[in-house]
Amino acid sequence: MPAGTLYRGREGMWSWVAHRVTGVLIFFFLFVHVLDTALVRVSPEAYDKVVATYKTPIVACLEYGLVAAILFHALNGLRIIAVDFWAKGPRYQKQMLWTVVGVWVVLMVGALYPVLGHAVRELFGS
Amino acid sequence: MSAETSSAAAIGEVEGASLYDTDHPAPLIEAPRKRTKKTPKSTRTNFELYGWMFMRLSGIVLVVLVLGHLLIQLVLDGGVSKIGFAFVAGRWASPFWQIWDLAMLWLAMLHGANGLRTVINDYAQRDNTRFWLKMLLYTATVFTVLLGTLVIFTFDPNMR
Repeated sequence: MPAGTLYRGREGMWSWVAHRVTGVLIFFFLFVHVLDTALVRVSPEAYDKVVATYKTPIVACLEYGLVAAILFHALNGLRIIAVDFWAKGPRYQKQMLWTVVGVWVVLMVGALYPVLGHAVRELFGS
Repeated sequence: MSAETSSAAAIGEVEGASLYDTDHPAPLIEAPRKRTKKTPKSTRTNFELYGWMFMRLSGIVLVVLVLGHLLIQLVLDGGVSKIGFAFVAGRWASPFWQIWDLAMLWLAMLHGANGLRTVINDYAQRDNTRFWLKMLLYTATVFTVLLGTLVIFTFDPNMR
């Protein structure tokens, strides 16, 4: 570790870094998502056309990444609230982070088929 | 009691004679951070506290709203392949889902904008850069929130 840095590594710092990165990514997607949804006020065709890109295999992978970012940000956000408001939160922050990672892995495995299933069928036939 | 009186008497003997009198007044020491006419008006508020609290409260609500949204849009009933104009029209026919989406839009945009404000404050070191990045952020946020609100309230399922 370089001298004179505030960054301490380990679970505390890296969960903070991941929370920032996922938060910024989600926020940028949110701009795009409000804009594409606004096309329902332009015409049904315009909306259906742009939603069609959401159904392509490549964007399906991006959606899986979006789900990954949102689930981590949501679960780690609950951990942050526990650290802030639960008297024993700071003492168990590491255990809570590994709980978050565990729940995240389970949910990501669960999201595999619903989010990517149609892309697999499109690529390799049903 | 006797110890106190004797020590007080001792002080009286040694330090009792004052260096100052009416012809030699003691120097006036101003109170630290004394407010004068030149002091700018205090701009301190509890804004950051409210912002901190808002992140946690909106975060809890957003966990429910956004994960429910993902479940409906990406998992249930064929996932993303069912989404289209007709699907949107069907959901926004109900005030429940209109309010759901409206609350999600406002809370997520404000939560995200406040988060990005923190990130800009942390990493943009030059005053000008920080100012303009935040102006860009606020402009984009206001535009997006108003556009989204307008779309939810003026949606017309029979436009074609």
